[in-house]
Amino acid sequence: MDIGMYFKPPELTSGAFKVWRRNKDVFMKNVKLNFLPPFIEPLLYLFAMGFGLGLFIEEIDGVPYAKFIAPALISVSVMYGAFFECSYGSYVRMYYQKTFDAIIATPLSIEDVIIGELLWGATRSTISATLMLPVIALFGLITFPHSLLIIPFAFLAGLLFASLGMCIAAVTPNIMSINYPILLFITPMFLFSGTFFPLNVLPEIVQYIALAILPLTHVVIIIRALTFGTPGWFLLTNLLWILVVCAIVFVISVNLMKKRLVI
Amino acid sequence: MDVNVHQREIKFKMGVVPQENNLDPDFTVYENLLIFSRYFDIPEDEAKKRVDELLEFVHLEERRDTMTDSLSGGLKRRLVLARALINRPRLLILDEPTVGLDPQSRHLMWDKLKGLKKQGVTIVLTTHYLEEASQLCDRLVIMDNGKILVEGSPTDLIQEHIGSAIVETDNDPNIISCLDVHQANYEVLGDEIQIYTDKPQEVTDHLLSECKLTSVTARTATLEDVFLKLTGRKLRE
Repeated sequence: MDIGMYFKPPELTSGAFKVWRRNKDVFMKNVKLNFLPPFIEPLLYLFAMGFGLGLFIEEIDGVPYAKFIAPALISVSVMYGAFFECSYGSYVRMYYQKTFDAIIATPLSIEDVIIGELLWGATRSTISATLMLPVIALFGLITFPHSLLIIPFAFLAGLLFASLGMCIAAVTPNIMSINYPILLFITPMFLFSGTFFPLNVLPEIVQYIALAILPLTHVVIIIRALTFGTPGWFLLTNLLWILVVCAIVFVISVNLMKKRLVI
Repeated sequence: MDVNVHQREIKFKMGVVPQENNLDPDFTVYENLLIFSRYFDIPEDEAKKRVDELLEFVHLEERRDTMTDSLSGGLKRRLVLARALINRPRLLILDEPTVGLDPQSRHLMWDKLKGLKKQGVTIVLTTHYLEEASQLCDRLVIMDNGKILVEGSPTDLIQEHIGSAIVETDNDPNIISCLDVHQANYEVLGDEIQIYTDKPQEVTDHLLSECKLTSVTARTATLEDVFLKLTGRKLRE
């Protein structure tokens, strides 16, 4: 097997935006229902962990616990939004609804369909992050205007998680098996990416692993710096990591899916 | 045009009715057509006009706001046909267009396809219903195991491989020897004998007078007879 085929850059055409628009239209049909979770989720976490658990934790690195986890909540929802949209969501559209089959009988190509799905996944992350900002801001936990940068950043980070989800959808033998990558990759990321406690309390080796292979670690670092209002040049390393990994996983996910659909 | 080079251009001029109804379950009947029109770059005003026309064409105007999941099989099939026509294709490809449909829906589908044929649309369809093939095709190919066995117009094929009629009678050794004497073109199928002929009247009279028959049926030969003769009567798979 030619490993090079997984790294063939896909062609981006206006077709991808038509697929993106199809998914947006579905989303807008249930817009009230879809807008609710990003409002409710941060409230639940803030009450349970920030103000409940937070009573027992005085401060982390000099900040109150609720303020510490607020950026993590945004990061996690950026991860979940895109990942679930492009793993379960794309799998259902591909396998059960045959939506992809119908679209590729039109002038659109397979690449258009997959890229459209990925862009939509990233858009879901952006929507979640955007909706969460005012809710968290109500509690005075984030700094403006720095935090507004989270909105464009959520699209980039979302694209990375969308591509990861799409890789899973491309290789999973059935819908139940999507649970495993979630258990082995997404859940550890949720817990060990400097989300609910600082990375530096972990053994050094685990810290390196987290920085090397867990994208959420970098996302949390960037979003936290923005909500704290303390951005700096050091963030460029994290941003570069995300850009490079996003580009690679994006290309691989398109090719993996193409392979699955063509054969 | 080469399909490897001009895939997009070709797909712009083509409509497809797949065997499986892959309508978009997230949308209504109307939205299904409208959203599909975008994939062909049809401007929205023009698309809306076409959608209305097509809904009328396949008699789905009343269902325009129904979600596609709650349509019956026949209605879904009609919507898939309408969807395949949204870009006014010059080539329409249909895979088993009437499989599982009730007779009314099937005839409606046939009428629509005949109408499209008259308008000059090239139609390529696959089917296991040989009546469908006789009704719709100008040129037809019988395939078995991926190989083309014969091709031609339905009437030519029947004439060539069967003759115009078939006389059916019971399987009986006396009849067989009687037929052998007359060098008839016949086949034994279980407890039945089929005699292929262009002169059913003569054969029937002959059989009744000379071979002491109990029952005889004469009927017009169909494409199904050709198909079974060529591909055999054994069950596949």
